[in-house]
Amino acid sequence: MSGLDVHQARVRLRRRLERQRLIARGIRRRRALRPVADRTRQIAPDDILCLVTLRNERARLPYFLNYYRALGVRHFLMVDNASTDGSADWLRGQPDVSLWWTDHSYKGSRFGMDWINWLLLRHGRGHWCLTVDPDEFLVYPHMDQRPLAALTAWLDDTGRRSFPAMLLDMYPKGPVEDAICTEGEDPFAVARWFDPANYSIQKNEYFGNLWIQGGPRTRAFFTDDPLSGPALNKIPLVKWHLRYAYASSTHMLLPRGLNLVYDEDGGEQVSGCLLHAKFLSSFTSKSAEELDRRQHYGNSQEYRAYHAGLHRGVQLWCSESREYRDWRQLEDLGLISRGNWA
Amino acid sequence: MTADVRLGVVLLCHADLGLAARLARIWVDDGARVAIHVDAKVSAAPLARLKHTLKDCDRILFTRRHRCSWGRFSLVRATQDAAEELLQRFPDTTHVYLASGACLPLRPVSDLIAYLGADPDRDHIESVSTHDVGWTVGGLNEERFTLFFPFDWKRHRWLFDRFVDWQRRRGIRRKMPGGLAPHLGSQWWCLTARTLRAILTDPQRAEFDRFFRLTWIPDESYFQTLVRRHSTRIESWSLTMAKFDHMGRPYSLYDDHIEILAESRCFVARKIWPGASRLLAHFPPPDDGHPQVDPPQPARISRIINQTVRRRVLGRPGLYMQSRFPRKDAENGKTSAPYAVIQGLSDIFPEFEDWLRQHLSCDVHGHLLDPSLVEFAGRHRTGPGAISSNPQVRDRDPHGFLTSLIRITERMQVFQFSPRDNQALNWFMATDPHANMLVVTGAWKLPLLHSGMPFDDVRRVFAQLQRIELEHLDVLNSVWVRARLVQHDLGEFLMNPKGILQDFMLQIDPHSAPVTTLPAMRDLTGLDQMLRRLRNSGLRPRLTGEDLPPVELLTNERAAAE
Repeated sequence: MSGLDVHQARVRLRRRLERQRLIARGIRRRRALRPVADRTRQIAPDDILCLVTLRNERARLPYFLNYYRALGVRHFLMVDNASTDGSADWLRGQPDVSLWWTDHSYKGSRFGMDWINWLLLRHGRGHWCLTVDPDEFLVYPHMDQRPLAALTAWLDDTGRRSFPAMLLDMYPKGPVEDAICTEGEDPFAVARWFDPANYSIQKNEYFGNLWIQGGPRTRAFFTDDPLSGPALNKIPLVKWHLRYAYASSTHMLLPRGLNLVYDEDGGEQVSGCLLHAKFLSSFTSKSAEELDRRQHYGNSQEYRAYHAGLHRGVQLWCSESREYRDWRQLEDLGLISRGNWA
Repeated sequence: MTADVRLGVVLLCHADLGLAARLARIWVDDGARVAIHVDAKVSAAPLARLKHTLKDCDRILFTRRHRCSWGRFSLVRATQDAAEELLQRFPDTTHVYLASGACLPLRPVSDLIAYLGADPDRDHIESVSTHDVGWTVGGLNEERFTLFFPFDWKRHRWLFDRFVDWQRRRGIRRKMPGGLAPHLGSQWWCLTARTLRAILTDPQRAEFDRFFRLTWIPDESYFQTLVRRHSTRIESWSLTMAKFDHMGRPYSLYDDHIEILAESRCFVARKIWPGASRLLAHFPPPDDGHPQVDPPQPARISRIINQTVRRRVLGRPGLYMQSRFPRKDAENGKTSAPYAVIQGLSDIFPEFEDWLRQHLSCDVHGHLLDPSLVEFAGRHRTGPGAISSNPQVRDRDPHGFLTSLIRITERMQVFQFSPRDNQALNWFMATDPHANMLVVTGAWKLPLLHSGMPFDDVRRVFAQLQRIELEHLDVLNSVWVRARLVQHDLGEFLMNPKGILQDFMLQIDPHSAPVTTLPAMRDLTGLDQMLRRLRNSGLRPRLTGEDLPPVELLTNERAAAE
C-alpha cells in the first residue's frame, strides 16, 4: 500500500469514528427530550417529515407550519428548547405536530443537532426528512407546479439521497427594526430583498461539502474578517438511514457521500434555496437576548457583530439588491438549478 | 381506406397499481383488450385490490407473473407470456401494443385505432442496427450481444463490471444464433398480431431465448431484433413517447407538462408521476367520434428535455454555485462572457480609466484586484451583484469574485491590472478564452519614478514588482495561454501608443470611439537616470525594452497630436 492509500484509509476511519460518535451522542442525549405530544404513530410509510428545534418563535409558527403543509410535509417533529412565549401550548394543539420539550443547553447539544440526530434515528429512517429552523423556508425548482413529494420521488428514481438548499438571507428595504411581520403573515412580503451574486465558495476536503459564505451579513457585518462570516451551505433534505448523522448544523453530514451534492465535471445537479426570514423587526430584540444567553456558534460572535451593526443603524438594502420574485428568478441568477429534472 | 383494427394491450406493471388500474380502465373503456402482467415482487394485498377494482371488466386478463428486474430477460418472458395469453383469449386481435403501468394515452384510443387502421400491416417498433446507434448507456453497445451478462446491474454492480472487464480481457465474443442481425430500440412497441405470432411460434425460439437470456437489457433488443426476421413492413419509430436522460433513466411527466404533451400529438407517453393528478384527469381527452390520424410531433418536448440534459451534463459556463463547482480545467467555460484586462496603461496615463470609459460601451473599472480597495467604476461601496468592495472579502475567493461579476453584469467588464495587485487569478485569466489582455510590461516603473520615496525603498519595491511581473510573464508566455493577448514592453508601446490602443479597443468593442487624443501621460524625465542608478546598485532592470525612445521625441509627438 502506498503512503497516500494509508493516509486515505486513516482519514476514512477517522470519519467513520466521528460519525459513530455523533450517533452515539444523539442516543445518549435522548433523555434530555421530554415528550409533550407524541403523535408519531400517525406517520405513514412514505410521509415527508420536517424536524425543527425552536425557542420563543410563537409568532412565526402558524405561517411556518402552513407553508410546509402546503408543500406536502405530512408530519412535524419539533423540539421546544424551553420557550416562555406559549410556543409549546400552541404547538401541542396542532394535529400533525409531535412535540418534545427540553431545558438542556442548546450549545451543549451541539446547537440542537444531538436532539435532531436522535429524532431522525428514531423516527426518520426510510423517510425524506427536512431539517430546518423556524425562519427557513424551502424553495426548489418547479415548486409552483409540483409538490415536494414529486421532488423526493424523482430524487429516489435517480438514486440521490440528499438535496442541497443554500441559505439565502432576505432583508427589507429600509431599517430592519421597521420591518414588522405580524403573526400568520408572509415574512417575505416585508423582507423581500436578497444579494444576487456575492457568494464565495470553498471546498472542504474532509467532509466533501462546499463551504459557501457571503450575502448581506458578510457584506455588512463581517468585512474585517470574512472568514468568520456565517456558512450558507445547507443540506436540509435527506432520505434518512440509521447510519447517517448531521455533523454541524445542517451544513454537512456523515457519511461524506451525502455532502457531494454538486457536479465537478461542469454539469449542474439539482438544488434549491432556504429563504432566511431573519432580518425582521423581531431580530433586534432577539439578537440582544441571544447575546445574553451566549448559546450560539463561536461564542455568539455572529450575534455580537449584528448587535453592534444594528445599533449603528445599518441598512442591509443596497441599490444592487434584488427583489424576490420566484424560483425561476433564482435559477436564472444561478443560485439554484433544476439539474436534469425537466 | 381503413381496415378493422382490434387492439390488444399488454400492460407491464411494477409499482403503484392504483395508477395501473386507472390506466387499464382507460384502455378497456375505449375498446381495447388488456393483458396485465403484475410483477411477482408485488405483494398480495395491492394485487387483490387491483383485481377487485377491475373485476367488472371482462376484457381484462391477468397473466402469469414473473419476478422482473431491470435489464434482465424476465421482462421479455413476462411480455411473451402476456402476449400469448392475450392472443389465445382474443384470437381475432389484429394489433398488440406493449405499454407499462405508467404509460398514459394522450389521445383517445380511437385515434390510435384509426391511425393503425390506415396502414394495418405495418409494425410500429423502433429497430436500429447496432452498427449505427450511439445512444446506449455505459459504453455497452454491440457488447450487449457479444458478452455474457449473468449478473444484475442494479444489485450486483461490482460483479457486473468486473465480469465485463474480465470478458473483454479474455476476448470473449458470443455468436448470434443463425441468421440474426442485432438491433436495438425503444422497449415500447405496437406489432401486428401476425408478426407477433410469428415471433412467438418461431421454430428456433428456444434457441433465441437461450441466447437472449444472457444478453444485456434484452427488452430493448429481443423483439427489435426478431421483428427483422418476420416483418417486412417496419415503421422504425415507437408510438410511445419516452425520453431518457444521460444515465438512461426515463423522464417523469408532471402537471406542468400538460400543454406541451397535448401539442406533441403523441399517442402514449411515459412515464407519469403517479401524483400528477391534473395530468391524469386531462388525458386522454374524450372521444368525440371523429378520430384524427395525424402523426405524432414530439419535437418540442424532445427539445425541452434535451436542454435539461444539456444543463445537467454541461451546465452554464462561468457559473460556480452550490450544485455546480467544476474542478480546474473541467469548467466547460471558465467565465460566462468576454472581458478585458489592461495592464500598465493606468501607470502611463493617470487619467486612463475615465478616458477609456468615454471611448467604450463597457463597464470600465479601476484596479479590481487592488490590495486596498476593489476599485469598481465610480468607487461604489458595493459593486454589481452586491459584491463588496472590501478586498478581504474579495480575496476569500478571487475566482468567485471575478466569475460572479462577469456573470451578473450585462455589459463587458474592463478593468486595470498591475503587479501591485492580487496575482491569484493570473493562470485563470491567461487560460480563459474570454479574457482579452493588453499588457504593457515595465509600465509600473513610472509611478515609482515620481513617488519621491528614498532610493533604498524604491530599489526594494522595484525588485519586488519586477519579480512579480516576470512570474506573470512566465504564465503569459506558456503554451497553455488561451486568452487573446496583446503584449508590449514599455518602449514598444511608447513608439506607437495610439495604434496599439486603437487595435485593442476595436478588438473588445467594434463600436468604440476612434482614438484621436491620448490622455495626459506621466512625465518620463529621469527614467533613464533611475534605471542607471538601479543597475549600478546591483539590480538588473528588465521589462522596459532595450530601445526606450528619447523622451523629447515622445513629448514632441504628443504635442503634435494635440
